[in-house]
Amino acid sequence: MTEILRIDQLSISPAHAPERTLVKQVSFALQRGKTTCIVGESGSGKSLTALSVMKLLSPQLRMQGQVFFQGQDISQLNETTMQHLRGRQMGMIFQEPMTSLNPVLTIGFQIGEPLQTHLGLKGQALKQKVAALLEQVGIDPARADSYPDELSGGQRQRVMIAMSIACEPALLIADEPTTALDVTVQAQVLRLLDDLKNRLHMAMLFITHDFGVVADIADEVIVMFRGEIVESGSVAQVLQSPQHPYTRALLACVPDAEGKKVLQPMTYDWLAPA
Amino acid sequence: MTDILLQARHLNKTYSQRTGTLGLNSHTIHALADVNLQLKRGTTLAVVGESGSGKSTLARGILRLLPLDSGEVIFDGQDFLALDKNALRTARRHIQMVFQDPFASLNPRMRIGDIIAEGLVIHRIGNAQQQHDSVVQMLKKVGLQADDARKYPHQFSGGQRQRIGIARALILQPKLLVCDEPVSALDVSVQAQILLLLKQLQQEMGLSYLFITHDLRVVRHIADDVLVMQKGKVIEQGSVETIYNAPQQKYTQQLLSAIPGHGLRAITA
Repeated sequence: MTEILRIDQLSISPAHAPERTLVKQVSFALQRGKTTCIVGESGSGKSLTALSVMKLLSPQLRMQGQVFFQGQDISQLNETTMQHLRGRQMGMIFQEPMTSLNPVLTIGFQIGEPLQTHLGLKGQALKQKVAALLEQVGIDPARADSYPDELSGGQRQRVMIAMSIACEPALLIADEPTTALDVTVQAQVLRLLDDLKNRLHMAMLFITHDFGVVADIADEVIVMFRGEIVESGSVAQVLQSPQHPYTRALLACVPDAEGKKVLQPMTYDWLAPA
Repeated sequence: MTDILLQARHLNKTYSQRTGTLGLNSHTIHALADVNLQLKRGTTLAVVGESGSGKSTLARGILRLLPLDSGEVIFDGQDFLALDKNALRTARRHIQMVFQDPFASLNPRMRIGDIIAEGLVIHRIGNAQQQHDSVVQMLKKVGLQADDARKYPHQFSGGQRQRIGIARALILQPKLLVCDEPVSALDVSVQAQILLLLKQLQQEMGLSYLFITHDLRVVRHIADDVLVMQKGKVIEQGSVETIYNAPQQKYTQQLLSAIPGHGLRAITA
């Protein structure tokens, strides 16, 4: 099966104000071995969409529509089953590597945790697997006993990546994984993620606000604005001939290294009726 | 009056770090090693480098927010490092700073109007009515509303807070604005707005910017001159065209090739 995830008419609204929709009738599918980028500004609903895939939405939010993960409707699954899926079949990487790692546990322990919980590894086998994972993400396995504060931002994000791919999930969700990083480190982390996606043949859902990053990593692009998908298609399609005025406006405000482009501030003029 | 607003010569700053068993050994880290720079009036000098390259130490050293080991800073014809406490306070009026994190750099318990007016109060400029008027004027200048003065920082988005930070810095009509990663924490779409605002204000008020960033993409759109730092040393400097079109150092080339969107150029070319 190549289709890993299918979202059908997903809507999210606050429980106390059902008339306000934060995410509105979003539908898309993710294929194995492909990276799909959700692009949008803060508040466009991109992170909420990702969280709902893992059933991690705040209880104050109500979700409608269906999410099928490997053919299973996740709304039918109970919390225990979801716990088996998260970390095992679905991995997730967050924006802030410092806040998502536990400061009082060694990175080796934290990478080993999903391996113990989901695969029952222990002792020497566990140690070896942790070392292999560290190696895979480009960290010296001898650093397994280090604590998060002993690592740089880029190294911490590599640790997060090692944790999320430890059980070789079918789906990897990366929510702005490089936003907090320096440009050079960002380039390395993007290359690493792309490489792992190919090696493990995962489907990757990558959330970003930066079209520059999209161009470097995406196969498919989904553009979200105020909770709705305004445009989607292959990366070449969307970047070469953006159809929606919002996509064009987002592209116009990405600075280019040549400095040829005249930067345009974000406009919402197109929202007003002509 | 020369056309050089800021000149720094042979700046050095070292930290010693304890290492080894029980921290008994120590070794010296050169945060700044013989750094020289000059900033022309009305232009933007970008200082580029990765985390740990010393770019923020440089800014703080120049502003005397951090003691330097040695070196000379000439600001507007004055030996800035030799100023006594009172003279320094007066001179600081002409150098203001915009910080990276618009969430951490605004006091959450103060109203926007008071945050922006604080510089005027400290330097005793104008009476209450005049101060209020300049706050309103400044708010409008950075694209906010007059009644935003009564609100608190949490009522604003990241981009709006950065506008507040800029208004706070510019109310004293400084000559030099030091921007330490002012757009790194913002969405790309908001980044463009802030960059355009900074450019516009530079023209209107004749400002000079010392612009610190790790993002060479941003530099291309704001800077006139660029200084590339690595491990406390200036490894390359020149006009923005020279640095981008003919980078001499391998490290500069690496920084340039790390800019995201190579794919974007290939696709949209």
